[in-house]
Amino acid sequence: MEGAKDAASQEVHHCGGCNAGGNGNGKFLNPTPMLDELENGPWPSFISGFKGLAERTRKPMLRGVMDQLEYSYNTKMGYWKGGLVTVDGYGAGIITRYSMIKDKFPEAAEFHTMRIQPAPGLHYNTAMLRELCDIWEKHGTGIITLHGQTGDIMLQGIEQDKVQQCFDELNQKGWDLGGAGAGMRTGVSCIGPGRCENACYDNLKLHLTALKHFVGVLHRPEWNYKLKFKFSGCPNDCTNAIMRSDLAVIGTWRDAIQVDRAEVKAWTEKNGMDALVNQVINLCPTRAISLKDGEMHIETKDCVRCMHCLNVMPKALSPGRDRGISLLMGGKNTLKVGVNMGSLVIPFMKMETDEDIEAFIEQIEEIIDWWEDAGLDHERIGETIERVGLKQFLDGVGLEADINLVSRPRDNPYFKAPY
Amino acid sequence: MSSYQRTWKTIESGPHTYEEALHPVVRKNYGKWKYHEIPKPGVLMHVAESGDAIWTVRAGTPRQDTVDMVRVLCDIADKYADGYLRFTVRNNVEFLTPNKEHVEPMIAELESLGFPVGGTGMCVSAVSHTQGWLHCDIPATDASGVVKSMMDSVYKEFKDMQMPNKVRLSTSCCSINCGGQADIAIVVKHTRPPRINHDHLAMVCELPKAVARCPVAAIRPTVVNGKRSLMVDEAKCICCGACFGACPAMEINHPEHSKFAVWVGGKNSNARTKPSTMSIVAHNLPNNPPRWPEVTEVIGKILTAYKAGGRPWERVGEWINRIGWKRFFEETGLTFDDNMIDSYRHARTTFNQSAHVRF
Repeated sequence: MEGAKDAASQEVHHCGGCNAGGNGNGKFLNPTPMLDELENGPWPSFISGFKGLAERTRKPMLRGVMDQLEYSYNTKMGYWKGGLVTVDGYGAGIITRYSMIKDKFPEAAEFHTMRIQPAPGLHYNTAMLRELCDIWEKHGTGIITLHGQTGDIMLQGIEQDKVQQCFDELNQKGWDLGGAGAGMRTGVSCIGPGRCENACYDNLKLHLTALKHFVGVLHRPEWNYKLKFKFSGCPNDCTNAIMRSDLAVIGTWRDAIQVDRAEVKAWTEKNGMDALVNQVINLCPTRAISLKDGEMHIETKDCVRCMHCLNVMPKALSPGRDRGISLLMGGKNTLKVGVNMGSLVIPFMKMETDEDIEAFIEQIEEIIDWWEDAGLDHERIGETIERVGLKQFLDGVGLEADINLVSRPRDNPYFKAPY
Repeated sequence: MSSYQRTWKTIESGPHTYEEALHPVVRKNYGKWKYHEIPKPGVLMHVAESGDAIWTVRAGTPRQDTVDMVRVLCDIADKYADGYLRFTVRNNVEFLTPNKEHVEPMIAELESLGFPVGGTGMCVSAVSHTQGWLHCDIPATDASGVVKSMMDSVYKEFKDMQMPNKVRLSTSCCSINCGGQADIAIVVKHTRPPRINHDHLAMVCELPKAVARCPVAAIRPTVVNGKRSLMVDEAKCICCGACFGACPAMEINHPEHSKFAVWVGGKNSNARTKPSTMSIVAHNLPNNPPRWPEVTEVIGKILTAYKAGGRPWERVGEWINRIGWKRFFEETGLTFDDNMIDSYRHARTTFNQSAHVRF
């Protein structure tokens, strides 16, 4: 890398004695003065964590990786390249990393990551987590990211020839690899009905069922590009599904917000009428709330289920009883059409019975079939919809056009209709 | 290969099951929660229809953890939370206990071990971030180090609840922006077109894929020294780095020409306003390890102005919508420049198509 060479020629620190190891003080690690700066300050330091682990376990890969990271901090360049490592029968789930400068840091020659799918909602008991740690320490470095941006447990730092055995031992304890490449990816759920009063459907169950259903293409990617599910229990969207997933499953309800009048009164007495007006009524985006005879009144037909008033008065207000999900599609970041927010494609679906879940998964299969036909290589589904057209997408997957799918009807007259 | 002889037949089980990972009180009241309160920063109390209550203690972690640290968290969970714990999407750890009397000793022990208790309500929560130099194959900077530096500077704001509303942060080590939309985001911005390694290009890249990856059609096939290669129209190139992901010979990263930009106003929640994307408010900041002081300084300016001027429940983007971008730049001391005018697809949707002017 040209930039790296520029920087390397100016470098101040060079780890010449890495292979010898230690700094002469009985320490296993080599000096890392740049990284040591990240041990200062009150926030817990990942560098202190790495150093403690390395000094205890004396794993050469940890030392090599620390040395290479210190080198990156000096040269301001990264030095990992990808490759292809996997386990029997799978085509994804191991993120392969080889050092580009292994002559300099032979202990960092390999530093592969195993993506592991956690339980929906990121719930653990200590027995399963300790088991995971023990298997991981046996075969790998012991570095764990909780969690990666797509929702995986990331076990970082293993050599190619240890991957299969590590996976087999994890798999026997109920763990499976996560997604990578052009296939289904690991899903994410908020805490859902596990603790939240706003959960409008059992997102943990839907997450588990859907990801088990698509497990084949998660392990053996064969689509145009990646496809991510995120399951948020309500429109607060704590999993950032709208923006971060191709398939954003967001809980909602159709009937009136449930109001506990006594608790509204108690809230108003505690916080004052100014707060009721300024923080609840005035902030309703569709002016669905008004004062009637001094009491808060919500006009259900004006409500868009934004969650604000429920967030302010959690004891007094709850989602309605007729609950289900909205499906939004197409959320993704910048590359390459610019940031794409997910947009609504199914305003409402019930999600209570196993049949509801089955119908949902069938609909998703229709959508994926369409994308496989209509999409281009390296095109996320939102980009395909933008290129081909929402109307054409709806036709292709058998969904109804609904005014809720647009913020307003078209503003230009150039179109062809089958009159 | 090692001498390992396989006998296990893979079970393609997908996500780990969750029922055994739920606290018994959670299992009993699953889907039947009534309301919650935040008795103090870092503590939630959820009450179920049955009358059961469960207390949650939330603490920050480095995200880049170790088995040693996870075992310490397990010790805490065993001691105070019947052996159950969970994580939030912003990398905080949560311990759920039905025993109120466990809350204060648990907080004391977490704090004594260096885990800051907080991250609830109107706070600056922990950073959603990427891998960086530690593990990514295309990063222009580190992630965990930037995050550690940022969180040191907003440690107090993580632990108390004094902001107008919650503040979500993210960082990303290239313009792909894996960190995502956030109230305040730090994203790498390259300032120079890629340098092309013609010796390696044909060996490591599929040429049509690299050409197709460019959002502005600036890459063309060519022949260099008798070898098939690519060229970049540098006048057209927007220095996004998209080609580098497809073709490592398109060397975009550079210690001096890969800079930082700061973006504000992203929001995923539907509460009040519709979800929104971020706008750029500072750029050309140096990539300055190990502490990136120029970046944390900008974040400090934005948070100070937002804390002083935001009304209750206004997220950063909503605050700016009310006061206007002109006042945002005045109150933060940041400088608007013509590079902040959008020039990409749909740019006109960001122009002021009205006579509404702020003086």
